[in-house]
Amino acid sequence: MGLRILFFLLLGPVLAQASLAADWGLDDLMSALAQKSDSRARFSEKKFIAMLDKPVESSGYLVYVRPGHLEKNTLKPLPERLTLESGTLSIEQTGQKQSLQLSDYPELASFIESLRGTLAGDRNALERVYRLYLGGSSTHWTLLLLPSAPDMAATISQIKITGVGDQLRSIEIQQTDGDRSVVDIKQIGATP
Amino acid sequence: MIIAWLVFVLCCGWIVSRASFTDDLAAFLPSNPTQDQRLLVDLIKEGMVSRLILVGIEGADAATRARLSKDMTKRLREYPLFSVVENGDSSNQERDQKFLFANRYLLSPAITAEHFSVTGLHKAVAESIKALASSTGLLLKSLLPHDPTGEMVRLLGLIDIGSRPSTLYGVWASKDGTRALLLASTQASGSDLDAQQKAIASIRQVFEDAVTVQKGAKDWVASSPPHLVMSGPGVFSVAARNTIKGEVIRLSILGSLTVLTLLLAIYRSLVTVALGLLPVASGALAGVAGVSLGFGVIHGVTLGFGATLIGEAVDYSIYLFIQSQMDSTQPVGQWATRFWPTIRLGMLTSVFGFASLLFSGFPGLAQLGLYSIAGLLTAAAVTRFVLPALQTGIFCVPDFTPFGLWLSDYAHRARRLRWLPVVLLAVACVIIFLHRDALWSHELSALSPLSADGRALDASLRADLGAPDGGYLAIVSGQDSEEALVAAEKLGESLQNLVLQGVIAGFETPARFLPSTGIQQARLASLPTQDELKRRLRGAVSGLPVQAYRFAPFVADIEATRQRGVLRRADMEGTDLSLGIDGLLLRQDSRWIALLPLKMPVSGPSAHHINADLVRQAITASGQADAWFVDIKKEADRLYSGYLREAITLSLTGLAAIVLLLLLALRSPRRVAQVMAPLLIAVLVVVAVLVLAGQKLTLLHLVGMLLTVAVGSNYALFFDRSESEDAGQIAPRTLASLLFANIATVAGFGLLAFSPVPVLQAIGVTVGPGAILALVFSLLLADFAAS
Repeated sequence: MGLRILFFLLLGPVLAQASLAADWGLDDLMSALAQKSDSRARFSEKKFIAMLDKPVESSGYLVYVRPGHLEKNTLKPLPERLTLESGTLSIEQTGQKQSLQLSDYPELASFIESLRGTLAGDRNALERVYRLYLGGSSTHWTLLLLPSAPDMAATISQIKITGVGDQLRSIEIQQTDGDRSVVDIKQIGATP
Repeated sequence: MIIAWLVFVLCCGWIVSRASFTDDLAAFLPSNPTQDQRLLVDLIKEGMVSRLILVGIEGADAATRARLSKDMTKRLREYPLFSVVENGDSSNQERDQKFLFANRYLLSPAITAEHFSVTGLHKAVAESIKALASSTGLLLKSLLPHDPTGEMVRLLGLIDIGSRPSTLYGVWASKDGTRALLLASTQASGSDLDAQQKAIASIRQVFEDAVTVQKGAKDWVASSPPHLVMSGPGVFSVAARNTIKGEVIRLSILGSLTVLTLLLAIYRSLVTVALGLLPVASGALAGVAGVSLGFGVIHGVTLGFGATLIGEAVDYSIYLFIQSQMDSTQPVGQWATRFWPTIRLGMLTSVFGFASLLFSGFPGLAQLGLYSIAGLLTAAAVTRFVLPALQTGIFCVPDFTPFGLWLSDYAHRARRLRWLPVVLLAVACVIIFLHRDALWSHELSALSPLSADGRALDASLRADLGAPDGGYLAIVSGQDSEEALVAAEKLGESLQNLVLQGVIAGFETPARFLPSTGIQQARLASLPTQDELKRRLRGAVSGLPVQAYRFAPFVADIEATRQRGVLRRADMEGTDLSLGIDGLLLRQDSRWIALLPLKMPVSGPSAHHINADLVRQAITASGQADAWFVDIKKEADRLYSGYLREAITLSLTGLAAIVLLLLLALRSPRRVAQVMAPLLIAVLVVVAVLVLAGQKLTLLHLVGMLLTVAVGSNYALFFDRSESEDAGQIAPRTLASLLFANIATVAGFGLLAFSPVPVLQAIGVTVGPGAILALVFSLLLADFAAS
């Protein structure tokens, strides 16, 4: 009996939050994102690694073209281009290009899916891999993705995506070993 | 006489019973190669390459194929028949990566004393930290404490990703994903055909078992079942052997049946038929015994050729029986004086024709020559001396005089067509002249009994699995494996210059993952001691966002490498890399050879082409005494052109010998010309027809042409006789006998024309039609007086 009460107490705030956000919910966010046209954005990433005293920084720009083309072009410190196109991930570094079939790397695939699914507003794709929790309002929202598969949950504890309206503002990836990566995004207008 | 013959037969029988037989197609490869060619033939026959079986799974869907691949690999690994079975499973990659990781300080080309100086360490660590910022940072960060200088990444970069197959669902697959791939390497060498056959059967069995298991799975799609394809040197050799075995049996049975049926139809008496076959049987026996004595081993293809011998040898008894009207009323002595000299001359021309084969550089062809010579000589001798002695009136031959008269009548009427051979000659010459550029095939592969489908499948599987391209090799050798590796390293330096100049895109070398002891020890010497390294690290991390103590695992690993000493081949056991090394570092006789396959540039001014002169210059510049450059395809083609030239020389010599023989026997150039003309026309017409049919001529067709002249002369000579005949025309019975003999010969050679073995097919398709035409043209062009 006592346990049950405890359980309800813990859930309480969450339920309350959910009811507050009832006016503007996950589906609204997803459809807003889905309606957005293709976009370009600048990003700057900070990786906090336990072994290093300071975070390592990198920056560049992102390109997204519906429904599944995603590019991460890093300019600093080492030029690199990461391209996602229909199930294939290509990494171009100093003239060498390597391609991976995401079907061979299910963990990596799920991880990439977090970003692509959000940008595409594809709630079903996201929910296949993550449990979703939405907080905030349409002007400033926070989407929490918790991996449901145990394999992924062993490496990544959570992914937090914040945004304004239909634009993403930041992505924070928290790893189970304590390291984390924070990506700040600044939209630079839609691609023509 | 009969007793002598019986003794002879018994001797032959005894020799044959102790003879050994072989199916090795190598007998039909040329036998006097240069050193390069010998090396390559060895590699092909015995080396790593010969043990590979390329396996593909097609059909069903990708997930099922992947499951089958994994199941098959697991099962096949339990068989001692196979030394290695790979399917791209990540667990193998892990083993390779563990090996590379454990030995990175011996293998990485960046290991120098400079690399571990304070400045060197600082630079390397700074680079690694920058790399952490990239997308692969997640993977690299666990490496950082152990490998701050990034050796592992460097080593992984040395493994050529381009030559690795793609993967789908965790296992190797073709680029378009429709085929799952496996690679198996047998314990036994490729020349051990029995072991190869067992291996192939095992793979098939394992596939069946795996499919049965999958059938129980829930997402089994029955409409598109998976199927297995296999390729590789062992697979080809076994298929060729089975083809030849099948052919020998088939041809022998068919040949015998055809001749038997023909003789029965002619003689209508089993006794006569049996007697008629005595020379044939003796001849065959003598032929096999002769080859066994002469060569030690009898090849299956030689036996297959025996079908022709049956067709030819039976001619003699046909002549004897029909021409002499062999019954007790006609003394056979007349036949001996009237007809035997012609028959003997015809046999001698055949023998001369086959004799030229004895001198060819192909041991297989030489066997065919000896077999035919021994067979024909024996058959003729038995016909001349033994059969008449058996004439005791116990059998009789139907009188073919009426039939012969009817034939003569037709022959006379057909003489109106004597312009036909001349016209056909002109047409044939024109056709051959028009096609003179595309006449000859220059491919060595034309001699192989592999079907075009088989070769295409092989090429496709090789491309999928990323086998090296082009067949350009630089080769160095040494007294032992160590010397060979040192030589490879020196040559590698020169080749690296070529890469920088863009002459080649890259090269493989066994020294990449198994450096020579010298190099390894130099690298070990550059590794600092534990205390020294700790001191340098403290200085190196100044200005970097990391503490020196974080690199304790790095210090420990360096110390462990120093203590372990040099890496040897045995330490690589069980990795994919060892498979690669075994293919590139080989023992040949008493020396060791290192192969350095070169890659063609894919872009730029010299794309898809390697400038052989520049490569040779680079090799000479490297100062290696025992190094050379091989262009495999060019070698093979050069080989073939050489043999084509030799075959042309042999054929012309054979032809000259026949003409000489005829001159000596007939003593009149005009008569010789009259005999040879229809034969040469027949040959040219056959060639023209082949050319029109799109068949490219190989040196085997050349052999067939010579044989057409040799065999056709048997008929042409009879028409020459008619000049000296009293009646001035050919006797009706002789004509009948010629027809039957021709049919028997054509049946024998014609059977070969349908054989999938190129040697047999080429000879059959030239001599079969050629013999018919020889008879017809001889008839049309002969100088008959009006009847």
